Amino acid sequence: MKYAYFPGCCDHTSAREYDISTRAVCRELGIELVEIPDWNCCGSTPGHSTSHLLGVALAARNLALVAEMGLEECTASCAACYQRLAMANVEMQSNKKLCDKVNWVTGKPYHGGVRVKSILEIISGLQPEQISSRLVKPLDNLKTAVYYGCLMVRPKAVQVDDPENPLVMDHLLQAAGAETIDWCSKTECCGASLAISNEDVVLKLTGKILAEATRAGADCIVTACPLCHFNLDMRQKKINQVFGTGYRLPVFYFTQLIGLAIGISPDDLSFNTHFVDTRKVLELVG
Amino acid sequence: MPAINLTASLNDNFDFIMHVSKESGQPVEQCYQCGKCTAGCPIAFAMDFSPHRVLRMVQLGLKERVLQSQAIWLCACCSTCTSRCPRNVDLAQVMDCLRGLARREGIPLEDRARDIAMFYDCFLNTVKDNGKLYELGMMLNYNLKTRQFFKNADTGLAMFTRSKIKFLPAKNKNHRDVRQIFQRVKELEEKTK
Repeated sequence: MKYAYFPGCCDHTSAREYDISTRAVCRELGIELVEIPDWNCCGSTPGHSTSHLLGVALAARNLALVAEMGLEECTASCAACYQRLAMANVEMQSNKKLCDKVNWVTGKPYHGGVRVKSILEIISGLQPEQISSRLVKPLDNLKTAVYYGCLMVRPKAVQVDDPENPLVMDHLLQAAGAETIDWCSKTECCGASLAISNEDVVLKLTGKILAEATRAGADCIVTACPLCHFNLDMRQKKINQVFGTGYRLPVFYFTQLIGLAIGISPDDLSFNTHFVDTRKVLELVG
Repeated sequence: MPAINLTASLNDNFDFIMHVSKESGQPVEQCYQCGKCTAGCPIAFAMDFSPHRVLRMVQLGLKERVLQSQAIWLCACCSTCTSRCPRNVDLAQVMDCLRGLARREGIPLEDRARDIAMFYDCFLNTVKDNGKLYELGMMLNYNLKTRQFFKNADTGLAMFTRSKIKFLPAKNKNHRDVRQIFQRVKELEEKTK
């Protein structure tokens, strides 16, 4: 299996755990990722919020690069990048007028033909035995609150799973031996990039997610989105200060936990760069 | 909100209603104000007009009020409204369209909306220059523009100690291609204004 890989702009910075663990897990599971040469920012929320055309064009240039690579499938780890690339792909294929306009804007004609998949879809698309037969350190004692956020499950044209009760990441973690708890904030919004401009809003939303995960008895939260991760992990201290709470819930990318279960060392999965200490989880897993 | 003459508003702003429908690709007239979007919106508590009211303002042609609203900027693009709408209106797309229109029309923004738009600008400026987002440059620029020089300084330090900040931007080889995207979009949008 060979995929063009879009790492996203936070791959070496705020979301380094995701990129490192995605590459490590894929290597181990025989999924070949080839980084798209000279990929550019997908535009993210600022792109499409400023101009619809700009948002589609920034993402479409990357799709054109994938087509130039001669690959049919492309994947992104970041949920926002995935959603932007996938949405642009849908629009380029369904709206001829827009497609022509975008192709003039980018100077790199793209007419569809590439399939965009999130890394969650790719890894969860493996047979459960491909994970369970490789388990070195099953996550037996671990209770996880699996958190999907918004961008992978909405809108319908690009959703990876059900927008209200997605299960695909739950099943993956179950295959790795973890318990996945039932809780009600699976697809609640963390407030995303409002954190920079209106932090109070994000602290409230993120605080609610931490409260629900704690109430359901989770040992940790598992996510597939860098913004969710950053808001839940980095801002946890601030939430505790502002609301007088005492949360100490480690927040992982699902690739980190799958990696741990199949025997990759925590250091090679960037367990040591989190804001909330991850040692509690390592002790539980043993 | 003071009393409004709806007949006049509808007549005067028919073009606006049509424009939003066409640009967002959404059947805004379909909305029957059930309020499901507002019930599920995680940010509604902070908005001046809740999501279903924003849509109603579009239906009634209240162009200036809706384009000046905080709500269209506070929308976090989570698409919960979209996925739950019983009338198949993609409200997130409508919000996107309204933000774009507010920018192109040069609507002056205040409070939360101003900061959000400023953040988007700072983000995109680094993409225009480098081809990729340059997080540190974006944050410094945002602090400078909002005159909060030490905002998030503690975050910056904590990120630095975890190697989560790069001092220099990761520039694309063909960053001029990306700059051209910005230029051409501007060119096209000025033509259709």
